[in-house]
Amino acid sequence: MHIPNGFIDGPVSAGAAVVAVAGIAVGLRGARRELDERTAPLAGLVAAFVFAVQMLNFPVAGGTSGHLLGGTLAAILVGPYTGVLCVAVVLLMQGLFFADGGLTALGLNITIMGIVTVVVGYGLFRLALGLLPARHSSVPIAAFVGALVSVPAAACVFTGFYAIGGTTDVSIGKVAGAMIGVHVLIGIGEAIITAATVSSVLAVRPDLVHGARGLARPLELRSAGGTR
Amino acid sequence: MSAGHGHRLYRPGDSPVHRLPPHCKLLALVGFVLATVSTPREVYWAFGAYAVLLVGVAVLARVPAGFLLRRMLVELPFVGFALLLPFVANGPDVQVLGLSVSRDGLLGAWNIMAKGTLGVVAGVLLAATTELRALLLGLQKLRMPPLLVQIMSFMLRYGGVITAEMGRMRIARESRGFVARDLRQTPAVAKSAGALFIRSYERGERVHLAMLSRGYTGTMPVILDTRATGAQWAAAAALPVAALVVWAGALTL
Repeated sequence: MHIPNGFIDGPVSAGAAVVAVAGIAVGLRGARRELDERTAPLAGLVAAFVFAVQMLNFPVAGGTSGHLLGGTLAAILVGPYTGVLCVAVVLLMQGLFFADGGLTALGLNITIMGIVTVVVGYGLFRLALGLLPARHSSVPIAAFVGALVSVPAAACVFTGFYAIGGTTDVSIGKVAGAMIGVHVLIGIGEAIITAATVSSVLAVRPDLVHGARGLARPLELRSAGGTR
Repeated sequence: MSAGHGHRLYRPGDSPVHRLPPHCKLLALVGFVLATVSTPREVYWAFGAYAVLLVGVAVLARVPAGFLLRRMLVELPFVGFALLLPFVANGPDVQVLGLSVSRDGLLGAWNIMAKGTLGVVAGVLLAATTELRALLLGLQKLRMPPLLVQIMSFMLRYGGVITAEMGRMRIARESRGFVARDLRQTPAVAKSAGALFIRSYERGERVHLAMLSRGYTGTMPVILDTRATGAQWAAAAALPVAALVVWAGALTL
């Protein structure tokens, strides 16, 4: 769900735009470290993947359906900086070319759906991975935790923006209740799909999962007799 | 998958609006949207005037009403939210059609519907009259970082390919009797998503090698030079200037 024009007032939108620009700048810099000179084609293709995967709808209670935000998924698969960048690029394209989300709300949309989901999702993923045993099977569990919290966290930040810059006087309790309630459910769907997707990539190409780096067992050389 | 066809957002044409350089149109759009967003919501006539301006652009660009209306459906989720506002907002109530609704909520709903719709129509008009590739060049002209523009252009170029790949996977699943009813069917969908990621990433690696073999050094050559003349700037400025006049009128009247 993209925020349209006129939903949040000017100063708050402008503030969010500054945050978004800073986030993209940090993402660009970090992505070059994560992907080196292959940044442009690889980040572009991963952004196209995020764009496609956002079309995967899953049923939420009561006949409504949510779609994947993909921030945590992208961050775990390709690294947090490239993840922020890819989600931001998808939102930028949707706002500029597809008229999905208002032009003046672009900063808000990028801050909430790009930066917050990736920072919270990837941060918790790292934290959970540190607490779990250092095995490949821990990665999907940590991915589940990260994605589960990232979506309601984004809803919380949205509520915060609404509290300081909402153009209509709705009691914040109602906004928070509705937004966070729905997004806890969406978060469960997001977590299940994120964990399952990470685990399926891990089974085929563990080298492509950025979040699982350092978990591979070092190559062991043995002689024909089985001695090391 | 072959190149050469336009995007479905774009309507090929040769109207005065189509011929304007992309960066002029982008700035015109930003100016127009800023004027609409900063107009006080109680000045109802101003939003009518903005709508008339956009209809003028649509007529000039020969974009049919049906196309505009279809593309406006993207706005629907928030229309639902806006319709709820009168019933949940605080403040004094008014009677509308026998229902007691919040006055502030009603105004808020109107505010979102009016400003949101104007923004969507303006954005759709821009995308309908400008090739997306040209829009990216326009962004580069407006000093967006070249790396970001390159990433966007790759996303645009391969977005269709990846989406089509996902569509083929869905057809393959469904032709084997798969129906996604609830979350229990997630593993199958997630395996497709994982395969899609691997294919996308590997395609990115192949694209990069293909670029290197054609002499890529980190920047893309600019083949199309889009320099704007004074007359073109003036033509593009017509919309935001007209909007500015309405905006000034709304603030003073």
